[in-house]
Amino acid sequence: MERRLTLKMRGDVGTMLATQMTAQAVLDREYLEVRAKVLELAATFDRLERGGGVPVGDARLKLVRQGLKVLLDETSDRAEQVQLIFSRPYDDDWQKGFGMAPPAAEKSEEE
Amino acid sequence: MYYFDPHIHMVSRTTDDYEMLAKMGCVGMSEPAFWAGFDRGSVDSFRDYFRQLTDFERRRAAQYGLKHYTWLCINAKEAENVSLSRDVIAMIPEFLDRPTVLGIGEIGLNKNTRNEAIIFLEHVDLAVRYEQSILIHTPHLEDKFQGTMMILDMLCDDSRLDHNRVLVDHVEEHTVRHVLEEGFWAGMTLYPVSKCTPQRAADMIEMYGPERLLVNSAGDWGPSKPTAVPDFIIEMRRRGYPESLIRRVVYDNPIEFFSQSRNFQAPDTVEEAVRT
Repeated sequence: MERRLTLKMRGDVGTMLATQMTAQAVLDREYLEVRAKVLELAATFDRLERGGGVPVGDARLKLVRQGLKVLLDETSDRAEQVQLIFSRPYDDDWQKGFGMAPPAAEKSEEE
Repeated sequence: MYYFDPHIHMVSRTTDDYEMLAKMGCVGMSEPAFWAGFDRGSVDSFRDYFRQLTDFERRRAAQYGLKHYTWLCINAKEAENVSLSRDVIAMIPEFLDRPTVLGIGEIGLNKNTRNEAIIFLEHVDLAVRYEQSILIHTPHLEDKFQGTMMILDMLCDDSRLDHNRVLVDHVEEHTVRHVLEEGFWAGMTLYPVSKCTPQRAADMIEMYGPERLLVNSAGDWGPSKPTAVPDFIIEMRRRGYPESLIRRVVYDNPIEFFSQSRNFQAPDTVEEAVRT
């Protein structure tokens, strides 16, 4: 049986597993890979500069810079935060905009 | 370790891939209907495609002892053609009693448009009326979060729906929690660049536990790796997780979800699955 922690992660879904690897073990295993990824990013930015720099107003590099800032935060949900930076916003009233009111809303309007 | 790939598009793969999957421990797969790379022009194109999914692929897989199941729909990319979509939805019941059909899928959204939402709801209604399970595609990249939340809104608005019979696929770090919180199953797709890596899939197992979580390769005609599930297995082993936990995600969970479909023949044991 897998070991379990009692704490719940964000909300009430699932049970977080006790990770089998210590931070030291993760670093030992992934240091060279992380180093390579950082180097790859640095080289890509250099390539952009050699190409004349990114045109003003191109939103993509702005998103990349926002994502890079998240990496330096001391939180446990960096991956989720980076995903959200690269996501279109969600409007919970979207059905109204589409003229597709959900059943409950239709019912209350009829009433 | 033996496993099921719950989402792979074998019509796009060679027979050699079936053989390779069998050698890698795959005992079966489910193949949702999807986009062919071009928009099809008539309902008969889909009828032929469904024949391929329910007949030819089943036989091709069986040559290597693999059990091939399938899901039927018109995908979200073609849903902008509402008229054709409705013709296809009306034709799908012709195939629902075929012995390897597990349900309706992969339905969903692509660019999160009104027509896509309309056709999504009509597929859901079809599934409810015919008591079918549902497999859902969530959009790519910047459209994923918005589209996933829209899909969850539509699913949760339908009080007829059994959430345990719905698999929401291609979840990532920003969508997995929302899907699980509503009581749906969630699938993580292992792709080389977009979607999820084996390492990030293992991270999500660590964060949320193995309940209602699946991993798949979604191997298709684009950049993809049909043997991605074994990559996930190796990653979990490298992290020191027991075989029982890994097996739960790659074998037991697919069987538990598929077993809700009347056409799924659940093996009593792994040995039986391999013999089949």
